[in-house]
Amino acid sequence: MSRGTPARRRTLFGLTVAAALAPSIARAQGAARVVVVGGGFGGATCARALKKLQPALGVTLVEAGKAYTACPFSNEVIAGLRDLKQQEFGYGAIARDGVAIAPMAATAVDPAAKTVTLGDGAKLSYDRLVIAPGIDLDWKALPGYDEKAAEKMPHAWKAGAQTLLLRRQLEAMEDGGVVAISTPAAPYRCPPAPYERASQIAWYLRTKKPRSKVLLLDSKDSFPQQRLFQAAWARLYPEMIEWVPLSQGGNVTSVDPATRTFNTDFDKHTADVANVIPPQKAAAIAHSAGVADRTGWCPVEPIAFESILQPGVHVLGDAALMGAMPKAAFSANAQAKVCAAAIVDLLAGHKPAEPRLISACYTLAAPDWGFSIVGVYRPEEGQLLEVPGAGGTSPVDGDSALRAQEAHYAEACFQTLTGEIFG
Amino acid sequence: MANVLINAPGTARKGETIELKALIQHPMETGFRPGADGRLLPRNIITQFTATWNDIEIFRMKMSPAVAANPYVSFFAVASESGTVRLRWTGDRDFSAEGSVTVTVT
Repeated sequence: MSRGTPARRRTLFGLTVAAALAPSIARAQGAARVVVVGGGFGGATCARALKKLQPALGVTLVEAGKAYTACPFSNEVIAGLRDLKQQEFGYGAIARDGVAIAPMAATAVDPAAKTVTLGDGAKLSYDRLVIAPGIDLDWKALPGYDEKAAEKMPHAWKAGAQTLLLRRQLEAMEDGGVVAISTPAAPYRCPPAPYERASQIAWYLRTKKPRSKVLLLDSKDSFPQQRLFQAAWARLYPEMIEWVPLSQGGNVTSVDPATRTFNTDFDKHTADVANVIPPQKAAAIAHSAGVADRTGWCPVEPIAFESILQPGVHVLGDAALMGAMPKAAFSANAQAKVCAAAIVDLLAGHKPAEPRLISACYTLAAPDWGFSIVGVYRPEEGQLLEVPGAGGTSPVDGDSALRAQEAHYAEACFQTLTGEIFG
Repeated sequence: MANVLINAPGTARKGETIELKALIQHPMETGFRPGADGRLLPRNIITQFTATWNDIEIFRMKMSPAVAANPYVSFFAVASESGTVRLRWTGDRDFSAEGSVTVTVT
């Protein structure tokens, strides 16, 4: 019809914008919905923190497992020092805090429609989605190694039945046997864990089967806390652990489960107990949500951990590419708290504050022999980088009293973390 | 003496294409990296890798500072006669290392 005056147009425009914004403002102040996929260290922390920071938020935690089986300390389960039950944590306390638990798997995510599809076909709508699904083992990356092979050569890299299988195999092994462990190239879940596992298994063997050996076939030439581990091995398990690094032919290129054989580029090693730690990737739901890239992991920005690939979707913990921050329980917990605060800010229309994150990692080379590494991280050049000089590791020349104290701190750290998240 | 790893099939059929793998421990110091005192560490790299089969050269590779430490080389050759495959690495500071493997061709 007729052209309106510029003033009239401005008014209309203003009204339109206000009308469009109104529902989301209302939601931001109360009924916004956040869905968290994955009830591990990252997801469970985030769901609970969101509800604490903003009680009016609708928070749903999607997790198929009735209880979470924690990986930290699971190497002690393998060594017979700990019960798997001590690794299991339920979601009752999280539910009592007002988080809705959807006890099933998330099967699909539609980032455009902002919905998550559940195992029973139901759809959950969200304003913000947090994906913290952890890892999947990459069954195609190591020739000869698939789910069936894992029954003969356990990975024990997701705590649970596999942890107990590896423990039973160790218990069934004759004294004088060889336990071989192969490691993947980085990145993988918990960088020092293969070396802690070698230590824990050596502790078991020294105690029960002292003529046995641990053969560590490594795809790398160096590893985290290497000097601390090697000093511990020399003192606690002399001649018991043989470490074969990449440059000495340690890289395993295929396995044969029928004979428990590891093939490297230059040799074959047949073991009595074979533990394959295979290459890993972000769990399947991250791939179906479109937040994982060709690396198999999920790139995120370093302030709210929002996906680079899908706006409105945040990724936490082991599945995400977090710059210099290691894939570890403590890291996921720290990221989850930062992410929860950032989501509350974003829903309220505020810019999230730039975070500082701490990751601490305790390692037990024996029940009374612990050491630790701490890193502090901040966003820089689009990723999380370590703040130089802010972290540190245990002294290499520490005495046995210090190691015993750190072993005690390791247990305390686990109790504190799991108590905060699940207790 | 540098630590050398070599892998070749011990036997091959005449005319078969076989894979040879070799790994040598070497720092491959680029010459562009400062040391603890802030001064550049002098370049120390392997510059050449060769393979001979019964003294006839079958493979040659030049290496640059961009090659990573502990170079791993894999290449293919046609097995034409039984004999010795000799691998030789040479480089800065008169570096020289050698290794050999025998292949029986049937």
